[in-house]
Amino acid sequence: MRVLGLDIGSRSIDAVWLEDDRIVDWVVADSGYDPGSASAVFVERDAHDLLVATGYGRHVAKERFGCSAVTEITAYGLGAAALFPNAASVLDIGGQDTKVISLGHAGRVVDFEMNDKCAAGTGKFLEVMARALGFSLEDMAEQARKAETGIAVSSMCTVFAESEVTGLVHRGEDRARIARGLHEAIAKRTLGSLKRVSATGPLVFAGGVAKNPAMVDLVANGFSGEVLVPEEAQIVGAYGAALSACGSEGSTRWVSGS
Amino acid sequence: MTDQPVDYHPMWEELGLDLPSHDALLTAVGQLFGDAYLTQENRPKGMDYLNFVMSEVHGLRIKELDDFRKQGGKVFGTFCLYVPEEIIRAAGGWSVGLCAGAEFAYDQVEQIMPRNTCSLIKSFMGFKLAKVCPYIESADLVIGETTCDGKKKAYELLGEIHNTWVMELPQMKRPEDLAMWKAEVRELVKKAEEVTGNTITADSLRAAIKEVNDKRRALQRIAAASAADPSPISGKDRLLATQVAFYDDVPRFTQMMNALADELEARAGAGEGVAPRGTKRVLVTGTPMALPNWKIHDIIEKAGAVVVAEEMCTGSRYYQDLVPEDGTTLDEMIDAVAEKYLDINCACFTPNQGRIDDVVRMAKEYGADGVIDLSLQFCGLYEMESHGVEAAVREAGLPVLKITTDYSMEDVGQLSTRVEAFLEML
Repeated sequence: MRVLGLDIGSRSIDAVWLEDDRIVDWVVADSGYDPGSASAVFVERDAHDLLVATGYGRHVAKERFGCSAVTEITAYGLGAAALFPNAASVLDIGGQDTKVISLGHAGRVVDFEMNDKCAAGTGKFLEVMARALGFSLEDMAEQARKAETGIAVSSMCTVFAESEVTGLVHRGEDRARIARGLHEAIAKRTLGSLKRVSATGPLVFAGGVAKNPAMVDLVANGFSGEVLVPEEAQIVGAYGAALSACGSEGSTRWVSGS
Repeated sequence: MTDQPVDYHPMWEELGLDLPSHDALLTAVGQLFGDAYLTQENRPKGMDYLNFVMSEVHGLRIKELDDFRKQGGKVFGTFCLYVPEEIIRAAGGWSVGLCAGAEFAYDQVEQIMPRNTCSLIKSFMGFKLAKVCPYIESADLVIGETTCDGKKKAYELLGEIHNTWVMELPQMKRPEDLAMWKAEVRELVKKAEEVTGNTITADSLRAAIKEVNDKRRALQRIAAASAADPSPISGKDRLLATQVAFYDDVPRFTQMMNALADELEARAGAGEGVAPRGTKRVLVTGTPMALPNWKIHDIIEKAGAVVVAEEMCTGSRYYQDLVPEDGTTLDEMIDAVAEKYLDINCACFTPNQGRIDDVVRMAKEYGADGVIDLSLQFCGLYEMESHGVEAAVREAGLPVLKITTDYSMEDVGQLSTRVEAFLEML
């Protein structure tokens, strides 16, 4: 059976094709301004028996393609547990939301927390801060990693933090230390969320921000257990969405709870 | 129901409403109602009455209040469960709830109140300042209460522009607090007599107690029927029944709700539900949902679950307790009224273990698969109490989702994702 899992996020659309539970292909593309059409490219690319959508655009996909949908929470739980069978928790920092999930048996969600309506401390936040500092995203992470100490940034609101960063730059503060301060602030906030859902290790760190080495270091240093980063951190949701369909057929160990 | 729609504009104008703003409000509420309610399937037929009430909520009902007042009757506006309707009715007055369930004229409100005030308070002040609530404009007296700091101060502001009187509610439930509250209810007796010009007698209070108990009994029957799986009524519809209970004519409402309860009991007996058996069942607890606030129920039920009970002021707290009907003297009955009202478990009391016990008990009684604990943002009382509620529900073996929100619609997408994920988890 061939299953397509689509994770339609605010910044990227991730597609994973499964053939009898194994990943045979995957793509990460920009969401652009017409995520529906961008998704259609993958849906029409080649034949599949089942399609499951997750992410921000799942309801639109459900209507457009007549497929089923699961939330990102369920999808990340399944995806993370399939990649790392001993995973006990998941952290996903995406384009405009952050989720922490505490996992039970076989990727079943036991508790979770999401950031509320604003994008504080997400990928979008880092993009805006990189621009304010005059760095590319990659450079900012690199600079943050190298800096020995961070300059505390008190606000996590994207708009307020941007003014704060601009103020620090104008005061002549070291940009690398500001970058580190920003990363530290996100890590602190994230570790607080993980505590609130009683997350234990191993923790799977997924989502676009897991590709940021400074963020990974800071989370790993502050977390009590092991932190695992999937090689393709962005496709965990799409993978989990596809697996959820296999579960409904009762054909995989990840969802059947055996 | 007449074929020709009645034009209520002259009546609204006479009440001093701002007609263009009020028209805009009615259009918005109509759309909201259509989207949340009229899209539901398998609704009980008895809901036709509440649909009709909603279509006439600022029309026919206001006309009834208007006619009542023209014959010398007095209308009392209230915002809270703690103001005893029995006393008002015993004096020959009518009690109505006031508009407080939608964002309106916040720009005007924020000129006199801090932005970080809860939606309920901002809303009632917005409705008043923008002159779009015909209930408050029909109220000869608004009776407030000291249930939280925000309301306490808001009534001072309201008092500058509307005839307002405030009851002092204790914050604890010790014998000395009950004694104080009994004295306060006696002050209400005097106030109601003064406003209406009528004297409250043992007979009039006995009759009022019976009437209001009957209304609560009808709502208890509707709630009890929801314990069946499948539930014969949606949470949204049951919530609407409770919301309308604050506004409608008491004997008529009781009669119509008993008819609805008859239908629900028959449906439950026949295994007929509003959603299939096995649909995820959710208990909602927390801050009240004033009409037309249906936001969380709508999100939960559109995500595919059914709300089976409300532990809130627009829910069980309103109807679960009755005033004993066996009092003989006026004094006994006033005491009985005071005692019943002090039993309500609002987060404004300390301690408030009764509420937590109610949540756990009801979750079991109604076969809930999970509990959603709702706080209005900036309602410090419910936000603080949330921790204890969560711990007790988890202890009882059920998952909890805590939501803090307001009346705006900007977080509906985010909340839907959280609610859907919660339901997938159950």
